[in-house]
Amino acid sequence: MRTLLIAEIDASGLNEATAKALTAAVKLGSPVDILVAGSGDRAAAEAASRLEGVARVRLADDAALAHRLAEPLAELVISIAADYDAIVAPATAAGKNLLPRIAALLDVMQVSEVTAVLGPDTFERPIYAGNAIETVQSRDGVRVLTVRTAAFPPTAEGSAAAPIEALGVAPTPPLSTFVGEALTTSARPELAGARIVVSGGRALGPSESFDTVIAPLADRLHAAIGASRAAVDAGFAGNDLQVGQTGKVVAPDLYVAVGISGAIQHLAGMKDSKVIVAINKDAEAPIFQVADYGLVEDLFTAVPALVKALDD
Amino acid sequence: MKILVPVKRAVDRNVKVRVNADGTGIDLANVKMAMNPFCEIAVEAALRLKEAGQASEVVVVSIGSEKSAETLRTGLAMGADRGILVKTDAPRVEPLAVAKLLKAVIGAEAPGLVILGKQAIDDDSNQTGQMLAALMGWPQATFASKIDLEADAVTVAREVDGGTETLRLALPAVITTDLRLNEPRYAPPPNIIKAKKKPLDETTPEALGVDIAPRLQVLKVAEPPRRAGGIKVASAAELVAKLRETGVL
Repeated sequence: MRTLLIAEIDASGLNEATAKALTAAVKLGSPVDILVAGSGDRAAAEAASRLEGVARVRLADDAALAHRLAEPLAELVISIAADYDAIVAPATAAGKNLLPRIAALLDVMQVSEVTAVLGPDTFERPIYAGNAIETVQSRDGVRVLTVRTAAFPPTAEGSAAAPIEALGVAPTPPLSTFVGEALTTSARPELAGARIVVSGGRALGPSESFDTVIAPLADRLHAAIGASRAAVDAGFAGNDLQVGQTGKVVAPDLYVAVGISGAIQHLAGMKDSKVIVAINKDAEAPIFQVADYGLVEDLFTAVPALVKALDD
Repeated sequence: MKILVPVKRAVDRNVKVRVNADGTGIDLANVKMAMNPFCEIAVEAALRLKEAGQASEVVVVSIGSEKSAETLRTGLAMGADRGILVKTDAPRVEPLAVAKLLKAVIGAEAPGLVILGKQAIDDDSNQTGQMLAALMGWPQATFASKIDLEADAVTVAREVDGGTETLRLALPAVITTDLRLNEPRYAPPPNIIKAKKKPLDETTPEALGVDIAPRLQVLKVAEPPRRAGGIKVASAAELVAKLRETGVL
């Protein structure tokens, strides 16, 4: 049988989450097709076709799929589901929204946030904010998985491009309509895939400090900016920057936690980073228990000093 | 309009859980339990719609043992009108089975809107709302940060990876709550006493005709690998020197 991977697409095309989820999909051991669904996403389909190990790309290009709403997308996947015994998506906001809808229509129990593929039907996934790792075996005929992208390296491009086949979209009466979106635009690397992340916590208040303290350090390191839930709730940073159990889970080469105490829920989103730096004036802050390098100092003096030391 | 709010009894958010001795699950003996935080936000959202005159009744429903009745009482103390306990002693009821049970409850209750938490902080699945919407053939708006209800539609702002997205759904519909939707109220003690007099019906998966046998077999539960202890540095300059040694800069 075959595996279907649902591509993650954003305003700039094929998102790297697709290549990471592909690494997990290939481990299932069957040929992998990638579904590119949307309106005007030919370039994303071509990018997907170049990824190593892809058998073919199925391109569903239809105005009804613009904005990739869950209801028509789920119907589309169900229309081709008989070809597959595994359906995979990255555990992004889009993947988390869509996949359970597909799983329920197939009467399958989904495995969420897979961090390791141990066999075609056996997977590891974190539970309780990553405080335990569960190994589960699926008894369903079809496996439906979301993949934690921070746990898998991206698949590189191969030498030959896979064929792109057009996929027809049956019209369905719309249940929901797209009204609008407010997306953050930033010249910085994207949080989920960045090599370096600088995150700020509630200690950054007032909110301008995110711009005056965190931003210069992030710029100097070419890093993405993240935030603790407390900082997001306080309005210092946008919701899309939240790192944690229910926000984004990241595993960069370097994670710099500034003024973050280290609640369980925040640690769940960053503790698999390769190197962790914590800067906090409270020497007892739990963040120091996971930090490789801890600097106990007021962040308002430590971070500017760090920017200067990086220039020396 | 009637609003149905499914709620889950889960480990209290401040508990640091431990894997049990035989590696089959989490040690829940004598651990503090509470209503899952995202479910509290869902109850609050429903109550605000009722208080604004946009909903006629808020019904909370929970699936679990006798102890889940306490979670329903919490919802009733917050201000919900009625509770339904789908009673089962099954140790694990997966999101797919929960969605099927909720579908059966919806068959009898006919709500115009279902609001539930986006995920439970125990198994972190983030599935039930989407699955329920699928089984009902209803539209869904997950990860809601704002809800505007009208007579025959609801407009929802959703937290997505790049920011927020706004959708308009035909009713009936399913909404799952994110953190920024509201700050749930605490029930004052007099309400907790009053909640004991509010109606709380019981049913069972058998009575609802739903098979709740798990589809996933848990082979093992283990502690995550621990990070090796780090060091403290005395200054920003020393920190940069150490980071240069590791090669991450």
